[in-house]
Amino acid sequence: MSRITRRALGAGIPALLTAPAFAQAPAARLVIIGGGFGGASAANFARRQYPWLDVTLIEPKTRFVTCPYGNLLLAGLRDLNSISFGYERLAARGARVIHDWADAIDPTARTVRLRGGASVAYDRLIVSPGIALRYGAIEGYDQAAEAIFPHAWVPGEGQQTLLLRRQLEALPDGGVVGLAIPDNPFRCPPGPYERISMIASYLKRHKPRAKILAFDTKNAFSKQGLFQDAWNALYPGMIDWIPANRDGRILRVDPAARVFESEFGVRHRVDVGNVIPPQSAGGIAISAGLANESGWVPVDSLTFESRRVPGIHVIGDATIAPPMPKSGYVANSTAKQAVAAIAALLRGEAPPPAPVYFNTCYSHVGAEYGISIVGVFRPNAERTGFVETPNSGGVSPRGDLPEQRRLEALYADAWYGSITADMFG
Amino acid sequence: MIRLCLLAFATLAAPALAANGPLLAQACAGCHGPNAAGQEATPGIAGVPAATIVAQMNAFRANERPATIMGRIARGYSDAEIAAIAEYLASRR
Ligand SMILES: Cc1cc2nc3c(=O)[nH]c(=O)nc-3n(C[C@H](O)[C@H](O)[C@H](O)COP(=O)(O)OP(=O)(O)OC[C@H]3O[C@@H](n4cnc5c(N)ncnc54)[C@H](O)[C@@H]3O)c2cc1C
Ligand code: HEC
Repeated sequence: MSRITRRALGAGIPALLTAPAFAQAPAARLVIIGGGFGGASAANFARRQYPWLDVTLIEPKTRFVTCPYGNLLLAGLRDLNSISFGYERLAARGARVIHDWADAIDPTARTVRLRGGASVAYDRLIVSPGIALRYGAIEGYDQAAEAIFPHAWVPGEGQQTLLLRRQLEALPDGGVVGLAIPDNPFRCPPGPYERISMIASYLKRHKPRAKILAFDTKNAFSKQGLFQDAWNALYPGMIDWIPANRDGRILRVDPAARVFESEFGVRHRVDVGNVIPPQSAGGIAISAGLANESGWVPVDSLTFESRRVPGIHVIGDATIAPPMPKSGYVANSTAKQAVAAIAALLRGEAPPPAPVYFNTCYSHVGAEYGISIVGVFRPNAERTGFVETPNSGGVSPRGDLPEQRRLEALYADAWYGSITADMFG
Repeated sequence: MIRLCLLAFATLAAPALAANGPLLAQACAGCHGPNAAGQEATPGIAGVPAATIVAQMNAFRANERPATIMGRIARGYSDAEIAAIAEYLASRR
């Protein structure tokens, strides 16, 4: 995109749109904050499908470590390198990648201020910052505590997942691994239970007398029947899942003493503690006024434009989008509709009608044992929320189905290869 | 029940959906590869005649074709949507 075109655009989009010299469509500045599942998918899709869009991606990290497949690292089935991706190919597709933090958004001037001091102008902005951990929501769980009780729930550079893995390696046989699992809504509803499974897979091979105590703030969870069938079959006697109604809510932790304390004051000593704290939308969504009092962001379910700040589209885990889960696949699927809607709006057209938003979450519960959940969603008529398509989707069949489980583990790997190529390829 | 619901949806929304084929097919790319050309164990579905895709999707929907996951997926789309997706996939090489 030439500088002149861009500047001219800022001066008057409507005039340019009708100018005969622009037979296709004018260049327009799409800026994207966050280069994770939502943001990288949006940048890649925008460059492939709408080459006239001038795309800038703002992401502090030069390598993105995916949360998906991080649990496999705990079991020793993957290494860090195989779940890390660079932005070189996105840049080669013509996206301008700026490795910096977005610190503030001025929705009137339509600019983003970077931590480095520079300011980036946009015509439409996508914000996909993921989640922030609510330190302090569990008493005693502040940022310092994560060095003792890792959360391993935000991508970072992988240090949190590696720390948890090292702690498991140092665990004595017969030791206790505790998990504290939050209430809904949180990132990746089946994630904690895949993690329990992958930890059990490691322990079964290396510390067969160790135990897992999974303290839950809920009384039910995603793919519960399938997970529990697998635990009974693969790891009998190793996992105790303790729901809220058995005093499973952990309200306080004491990292120095390695203690989880329950709602009714029972102190559980653990050798390794994985605390997955309550969450909110990523910090920039809060400071820019995109989130409401719940800590999450309300959006138009057809365009993903913020319901609070015009010109800014929010996708991914930061949004309020039930019954859709906070998943990488949903971030990827909704990113594409958001970009298509933005392209239409920039051309003065109506956003694409009748979209379908798609989710599949595969979980590995053993080396060759996979299960899945599918959801097919649409915006409601008022564009205020989402509905699941009746009689579709759902979880893998239950029962003794070894071939189904073996194949789903293979297809899960294909999903991972496919979606990461769609983002970073 | 399922049939009725999907048919109603298809009749109401058919004209808009054909144009939406490329966007709807994006959901398939998350497993079948970025260009739907196949990824590891998952078969390619790009460049396949539209009638073949439609027949396969109908068989998945009716549980007439064994599948680990495609039955659950195919039941999420109306006839018109499947036709639009199939038309787009057939045009991809
Ligand atoms: C253990 C685990 C397993 C999971 N497994 C699966 C799975 O199998 N399938 C699945 O679909 N999903 C899975 N998920 C969920 C998935 O990781 C998230 O849903 C997905 O990452 C959400 O995408 P996002 O774009 O909202 O956030 P992210 O992918 O986290 O990306 C946000 C990015 O924004 C950047 N950022 C934040 N603030 C700023 C700022 N101010 N300026 C610039 N950049 C900023 C961050 O650095 C980050 O790179 C899993 C999650 C976990 C924790
Ligand atoms: C979550 C992963 C996933 C998604 C998303 C997905 N598929 Fe599939 N697809 C599979 C798998 C796995 C198979 C093999 C059959 C099975 O086990 O279900 C398959 C098989 C197929 C086949 C049969 C191909 C052959 O040659 O045997 C067709 C056709 C197909 N899918 C079409 C689609 C379409 C169209 C979409 C998008 C609407 C889609 N798929 C989305 C995973 C997926």
